[in-house]
Amino acid sequence: MTISIDPQKTNNESLQPKGWLRYFSFSLDHKVIGIQYLVCGFLFYLIGGTLASAIRIELASPMSDFMPRDVYNQVLTLHGTIMIFLWIVPVVNGAFGNYLIPFYVGARDMAFPRLNAVAFWLIPPSGLMLVASYFVDGAAQAGWTAYPPLSITTPQSGQIIWILSVLLLGGSSIFGGINFIATIIKLRRPGLKLMQLPMYCWAMLGTSLLVVLSTPVLAGTLILLSFDIIANTGFFNPVLGGNVVVYQHLFWFYSHPAVYIMVLPAFGLVSEILPVHARKPLFGYTTMVFSIMGIVVLGLVVWAHHMFTSGTPPWMRLFFTIATAFIAVPTGIKFFNWVATLWGGKISINSAMLFSCGFIINFVFGGITGVALAQVPFDIHVHDTYFVVAHFHYIVYGGTVFIIFSSIYHWFPKVTGKMLNEKLGILHFIITFIGFNLCFAPQHWLGLNGMPRRVAEYDPQFQFVNQISSLGALLMAISTIPFLINVFLSVRNGKDAGDNPWNALTPEWLTSSPPPVENWEGEAPLVEEPYGYGKEISERK
Amino acid sequence: MLNKNIYLILIISLVFAISFLIGFNVNLLPAEASINAPIYDELFKILFITGLIIFIGMTIAVIYSLFKFRKRNDQMGDGIALEGNLSLEIVWTIIPSIIVLLIGLYSYNIYDRMGGMKELNHNHEMMSSNTEKIWAGISQTSDNEIAINNLSIEVSAMQFAFLFNYPKGNFISGELHVPVDQKVSMKMESKDVIHAFWVPEFRIKQDIIPGQPTILNFTPTKVGKYPIICAELCGPYHGGMRASIIVEEESDYNEWFNKNKKPEVNL
Repeated sequence: MTISIDPQKTNNESLQPKGWLRYFSFSLDHKVIGIQYLVCGFLFYLIGGTLASAIRIELASPMSDFMPRDVYNQVLTLHGTIMIFLWIVPVVNGAFGNYLIPFYVGARDMAFPRLNAVAFWLIPPSGLMLVASYFVDGAAQAGWTAYPPLSITTPQSGQIIWILSVLLLGGSSIFGGINFIATIIKLRRPGLKLMQLPMYCWAMLGTSLLVVLSTPVLAGTLILLSFDIIANTGFFNPVLGGNVVVYQHLFWFYSHPAVYIMVLPAFGLVSEILPVHARKPLFGYTTMVFSIMGIVVLGLVVWAHHMFTSGTPPWMRLFFTIATAFIAVPTGIKFFNWVATLWGGKISINSAMLFSCGFIINFVFGGITGVALAQVPFDIHVHDTYFVVAHFHYIVYGGTVFIIFSSIYHWFPKVTGKMLNEKLGILHFIITFIGFNLCFAPQHWLGLNGMPRRVAEYDPQFQFVNQISSLGALLMAISTIPFLINVFLSVRNGKDAGDNPWNALTPEWLTSSPPPVENWEGEAPLVEEPYGYGKEISERK
Repeated sequence: MLNKNIYLILIISLVFAISFLIGFNVNLLPAEASINAPIYDELFKILFITGLIIFIGMTIAVIYSLFKFRKRNDQMGDGIALEGNLSLEIVWTIIPSIIVLLIGLYSYNIYDRMGGMKELNHNHEMMSSNTEKIWAGISQTSDNEIAINNLSIEVSAMQFAFLFNYPKGNFISGELHVPVDQKVSMKMESKDVIHAFWVPEFRIKQDIIPGQPTILNFTPTKVGKYPIICAELCGPYHGGMRASIIVEEESDYNEWFNKNKKPEVNL
């Protein structure tokens, strides 16, 4: 039996649940889906954070004494997988992308609302499946990279569930990417030119291109790996003549672009936040657009820098060194432009601004260690050590997660109509910033001096520095408490925000808070200068 | 205006001075015990100082902007409507490009001095003359060179141990003994999953891969006992997968070698 439903009817208010129940429904409203992504991602962030705490407790002493060794490997595998595929990627892409992109292009919804809802609803079941695999026969324990032959020889059920779950999450990510590209290219309001779009649209366009180009490669690779595990094929199994290094090439062909899938949207978000709170136009719009596209192109040809010790010929090592190091140039342009955006502004020092500035400082640090790691002779010593662990946490936590928090402080008034408490917000920033740097800065030294990553035990001379790191992790765990209190108090009793508390110029602020289902009461406004700060209103187009 | 420029120059020189001071006086690396180590540390120092200059400079710029341009209570309105500055943007595209290029060339030079580029000369020859495909490690030598070398050692790795086979003496050891100041050539292969051979004091690391031998050459320069660490996740006891490399004077090494040597058995 086929039921044909008029698309207009399903959006009819009588058929959609109202109030908080909307967030548990198969809603087609991009704003509801955005919040679903954000809250779902945050719940998984709490799970991933708990796993991270377990790792830091284990590493507070040199012996493997807190949990069994195989459980430790499951914990670090789940921590990595959850944080990447269930927290950062869905939130910086799915949550903010869904909420903001239709506003920015002047549309009432995304191009494919149903695909959008499907993309979100793939996430909770696959996430739960991943976590639940621990209770079947132990979760996957080959690291989030799942290198064969280890992933073939460890208990199969955990690894297979891990593969299924990552495949579903990758599918969700591809659906989202297609939707963003279609929305940005085709749903722009008449009269709005590409070069007038807020920077986050460009970041999402670049990110979605990476998602669509590289995620299918990961999917194919993992399907082959699952054949090796359940059907005894020999694609990657050396016992059957397979090649383990080929897996690494295929895996990193997705997983290095995945780093840009996690940071490019953050670059876009910070480009929206800084001009508003510094009251200045975004510095160098055109160079920002070109550097995003430069990062997209270069990001596709740097994957083998994860494999400098894997058995790669020297020419390949050199090519990937140069390509990787050159990503620093477009990235550097963006950071100089953001500092230039601050320069000469009238900066409000609030939680959103502080988290954004924390992001700049942390990311510059992580970027510098990144250029160092790109150099083959440097990498040969520190590859697979805590130096690398420190580096990528500076990028994804010190970078992207700081921007997620910054964005929550910035857009909370729009979503709820209430302000977050600034004092609690600044407290949240201070504890997070200190805790984060205390946790990860010392790990650079650990790696340089001989502590490999993914170990449950280490030499006694590293104990003191590891304990400092664990103390930092404790502060990071504590820092979520003021944040959660702030959110729960403000949703109920926060100060009324009004429609545009920051006096921002981007289109999402030109409607009520929270916005109506159709986004605007009348026609969508045409915003040709989303960053026209400092100009008289008459000068603005 | 002149005053402003003087301050700017002063701050920049201060950033450079602090970075050089830290770069030359703070040692973040373990002892140097191979020919590679001092070369590596030279590269590290350059990267460390360059990184410090950029990091301290950017941090000062951000914190200074936050203080200097913060909104005072009595202030209304926006900052200046500055949308960009093409010459400035060109400057900060070109300068980082030059820095990155120079670092790249410099690390090429370092890599070459470590012996990383040697293999290029032998690559073609090896592919055609040898059916067994040998993947690059650092300081690759041709098979001929290994044959001449007395110190060719075969390393096999397994969950969770390293075994060192001395073909010349026809024995296998759990500890790697090598004489000081002599080139050692190792052919490594894994029996199960991927492992890695890492000696932090030597600044070398190479994955040990099942089904594909890798080669790693090094020359120890300091007598002593150093840890060999597995650096690739290989299972539950990965953290405990350790061995030792004992670098000794040639006479001590020969004594140890002769003690363990077994008569050749004809199979």
